[in-house]
Amino acid sequence: MAIRERKARAGVIPDGGMADIAFLLLIFFLVTTTIDMDKGIGIILPAEGQELEINKKNILNCLISSSGAVLLGGEPIEIKDLSRKVQEELRANDKLIVSVKAHKKAQYSVYIDVLDQLKLAKATRISIAETE
Amino acid sequence: MKFRRKSGVESKISTSSMPDIIFMLLIFFMVTTVLREYSGLPVSLPKAERIEKLESKRHTADIWVSKDGLISIEDKLFNNDDVRHVMYEKRASDPQLTVSLKADQAARMEIVSGIHNELRKADALKLNYSTKVKAPN
Repeated sequence: MAIRERKARAGVIPDGGMADIAFLLLIFFLVTTTIDMDKGIGIILPAEGQELEINKKNILNCLISSSGAVLLGGEPIEIKDLSRKVQEELRANDKLIVSVKAHKKAQYSVYIDVLDQLKLAKATRISIAETE
Repeated sequence: MKFRRKSGVESKISTSSMPDIIFMLLIFFMVTTVLREYSGLPVSLPKAERIEKLESKRHTADIWVSKDGLISIEDKLFNNDDVRHVMYEKRASDPQLTVSLKADQAARMEIVSGIHNELRKADALKLNYSTKVKAPN
């Protein structure tokens, strides 16, 4: 019988391309994972019931109105001038605490702009007052 | 002059363990990447210049605030007064927790202020206002 003559072939799966396949998978995962690191303005909220009495002259009030106007120490100010002004005030008094108080209808984006300006002025003591 | 005969030893780097190395890399990357778990609310974040990166995604809890004043945590809507319970539990299980507030730029300050108060009650004091990058002008 001629059928019997078949030789037993060595059944080897070629694994030379294995590294390529694994590389491809690796690159696929590297590309598809979005590394969207969250970025933003960080602040530390004061703990509950830790209200401190602060000398009035060490407080610089920054008010945000409902229409988005900003008052610094009682005077209207453009947002882009805020950091320069706060820097000046900080130079005069390094114990200064900037208290940001927003109207409850004020826009969040204005508030972020103000905080951004304060960070720009390197004001580390920022107090967030409650809205009214 | 007698030249030394080169020995017939083949100097090939073995590549047979290459797939194993690559697979290990692959698994390492798969394990270390934290996938985004929640889709949140559609918000357009405000822009800011002086921003800092959040330290770690693992120690971050997200709160979404839409411009209509909806508050969403882990894809569930909450009233302002319920935020403290959720955040308190999160804070208790992870003392390094940073809260990432993803509020729409058109959101009203009363909601943001309400969340401030809730976070203070929940003792989750590290807060990060999530913003986009604004090119300094």
